[in-house]
Amino acid sequence: MCLTTCPTYDLTKFERSSPRGRIQLIRAVADGRLGITPAFVDEMNFCLDCQACETACPAGVKYGRMVESARVLIEKTKTRHTISDRIKKIGLNFILTSRIRLRIAGFLLWFVQASGIQKALIKTGLLDLFGKNLTEYLKLLPQMKFRNTEGMLKGINLKPRNPSYKVAFLSGCIMDIAFSDVNYDTVKFLLKNNCEVFIPRGQVCCGSLHAHNGEMDTAVKLMKKNIDIFSSEGYDFLVSNSAGCGAFMKEYGHLMEDDAEYKERAGVFSEKVKDFSEFALLLDYSQKMKSPEGVVTYHDACHLVHSQKISSQPREMLSRIPGMKLVNLHESTWCCGSAGIYNVTRYEDSMKFLEKKMGNIRETKADLIITANPGCMLQIQYGLQKDGSQAKVEHPATLMNRLMREE
Amino acid sequence: MQYHLVDELKRICGEKNVYDSPEDKIAYSYDGTPLYYKEPLAIVFPQDADQISRIMKFANESEFAVVPRGAGTGLSGGSVPVDNSIVMVMTKWNKILEIDQSNLTAWVEPGVITGNFQREVEKIGLFYPPDPGSLNVCTIGGNVAENAGGLRGLKYGVTKNYVMGYEMVLPTGDVLKFGGKNYKDVAGYNLRDIAIGSEGTLGIFTKILLRLIPLPQRSITMKAHFNSLLDSGRSVAEIIASHIVPSMIEFLDNTTINCIEDYTKIGLPRNAAAMLILEVDGRGDIVDFEANKILEILKTNNGQGIQHTSNADEANILKTARRSAFSALARRAPTVILEDATVPRSELPVMIEKVQEAARKFDLMIGNFGHAGDGNLHPTCLIDERNQSELDRAMKAFDFIFEEAIKLGGTITGEHGTGLAKKQFFEKSAEIPALDLMRKIKSSVDPNNVLNPGKIFSRSPKCESYKF
Repeated sequence: MCLTTCPTYDLTKFERSSPRGRIQLIRAVADGRLGITPAFVDEMNFCLDCQACETACPAGVKYGRMVESARVLIEKTKTRHTISDRIKKIGLNFILTSRIRLRIAGFLLWFVQASGIQKALIKTGLLDLFGKNLTEYLKLLPQMKFRNTEGMLKGINLKPRNPSYKVAFLSGCIMDIAFSDVNYDTVKFLLKNNCEVFIPRGQVCCGSLHAHNGEMDTAVKLMKKNIDIFSSEGYDFLVSNSAGCGAFMKEYGHLMEDDAEYKERAGVFSEKVKDFSEFALLLDYSQKMKSPEGVVTYHDACHLVHSQKISSQPREMLSRIPGMKLVNLHESTWCCGSAGIYNVTRYEDSMKFLEKKMGNIRETKADLIITANPGCMLQIQYGLQKDGSQAKVEHPATLMNRLMREE
Repeated sequence: MQYHLVDELKRICGEKNVYDSPEDKIAYSYDGTPLYYKEPLAIVFPQDADQISRIMKFANESEFAVVPRGAGTGLSGGSVPVDNSIVMVMTKWNKILEIDQSNLTAWVEPGVITGNFQREVEKIGLFYPPDPGSLNVCTIGGNVAENAGGLRGLKYGVTKNYVMGYEMVLPTGDVLKFGGKNYKDVAGYNLRDIAIGSEGTLGIFTKILLRLIPLPQRSITMKAHFNSLLDSGRSVAEIIASHIVPSMIEFLDNTTINCIEDYTKIGLPRNAAAMLILEVDGRGDIVDFEANKILEILKTNNGQGIQHTSNADEANILKTARRSAFSALARRAPTVILEDATVPRSELPVMIEKVQEAARKFDLMIGNFGHAGDGNLHPTCLIDERNQSELDRAMKAFDFIFEEAIKLGGTITGEHGTGLAKKQFFEKSAEIPALDLMRKIKSSVDPNNVLNPGKIFSRSPKCESYKF
């Protein structure tokens, strides 16, 4: 059942690039029949971890967890690290673990982008000297924002007088420096719908990037910190506007099962996590909205549809907008190839998945593509740019806030 | 030897179409059958019939075996490698070559995915009915080799009813073409039916000619549950006796109902002894007439919670229970052994009792569901293969179930095939002259026993040299 849903099997038609093939390889390694060979490592990294196979599996096999454990094993047994490994490690364990360091990095990157250095680098082709894809990677980078979430929300009252819900919000790591506008829209939408928004200071990255890349120890540290900080105050739900973060935070409870101290609180923490669209359905917003212009289509982020099994909610949320012209995207649940940092670590493969996605997007003739994960947004944006298309990509929260009239 | 083997295969098929890394060998060491596992010497993706022919000739010279493989979803070990074998993968042969709308036929390559083919012909109002459970993954070539069935068997038959001809490479490397677009053709022996269900032991399909029929215009789906097995059995018998041929009569037993309810929480009656899901299809008022007749029969036989609909979405809801049966059972245990004992449909109620008896006798959890209309049951045993005692008991239970099925005039396999998994039962239950004839056919077609050897039956009764 899993074979037909797997993007890598679809591409190669090789059994070892299929979910059950990889499971057999992992089993062979676990049984000692196979060592951690370069081909094994390659196969584990070729996997997008989109978890479409989990959605299809009749027996409910938790494939994602197996691949992640395999990646942890690969990291642990690595004796030599390449430059890109080192950069990845610094990124994950040094920059992403601290808000201050992250914001400094974000600011530096913003400076490079805003000052025109990036453009110049791309134009001169200087970067091609370092590797043929470096220029393309830069184009895939998100545009850093000058102000982070906190900065954008300065002076805005987050506590309405008689709130319907008290909502906690994780401003995230990459979201905070590159998508603070989406964070702003999310918070504004919640406020316009009479919710109190609780954004605790000292919160950290949710840890998903670390866990997906074999750095589980760091992920655990981050998880504990977030649990401590968020549970300092009571709230109804924790609303997530990033599919990856939401999926991972819903797993805290499971991941902390063996930790006597955190087990219980982690469970409570996870139960309160809701995706933006899940939560929006509790609100009565449609009366207060303008109609969107043009035709809209929706791309399912893997971490929403496959990890969180959320597919009807965002569509329902969008169709409650008056005058919404929502068209169906063929194979909307297929991974766009962004897959975390996959489009950087395996650029060429990633582009093949993007090409398939763009073909389907072209067919919808949509003016606006809605998707709820920053990775997908960047990847599809990049695809549209390559196509020379006029269509735009937007996060659902941005659309929702944009169409919502001020009270 | 192996270097020579891989080099020669690469010479025949090209560097890029032969694989022998440890990773690839592991990935082609299994199919959909639990408990069977063997690594091949190499994996080859042939590009045309000539390459297959050359590989077969080479196999005869060098004495290695060739195991053909489609999507590897089979449930009897048909495409699991054997000793000293290479796997020949046909999944890249995935083109629909021709759809002939005047003759209602289609030429396809063997690697075409069954579900894709169905969707393609349905676009032009045609219908290819065989619908095995894995239809979105499995290939036509595999379906023909296994003579696959499905939910629609009762009214529309199985794969063999839709094969009109083929081109295949024989184990010796010769290419055989047989059949054609003639609805009537009695020239010579019917070699078509010998190839169908041969489980990859007589040849490798390179092209298949399929028969198509007009797509039914509408359908009505019905559902009822029963407090006693007897009532459900009687309903099925009466429907068939009233000369109505539903396109589907699916049965679920109490264990399966409870597993589905645990998993889906759709409000199924936990105390019900059995549940039936039925469908009639066709044209115009006849469909209503047949549905009304069935509803009447369900009512007089104490059917509870009877529902019916002609709306496609509502029908899907009614069918949810049956569709989730396998998933719901599969989630219960690490190892799921899905069997397909089949009996003449009049014996179905007795067979259902026997499966329950087996579960009690050997202290196992066995869910039972299946195609009640055609007597094809799927007793599904839920065990953990690491627990040896449980595994032994399961084997004994299936021994018992197959024996009872044979006693009732039934068969050990209705649609999954014999392969490796049911070979020992087959050799025990088949008539000696029939088995002898099959062995003679195999050895005259494949004198050196190079194509999928040791599947279905051992070549000679006393030969113990093949160990799987």
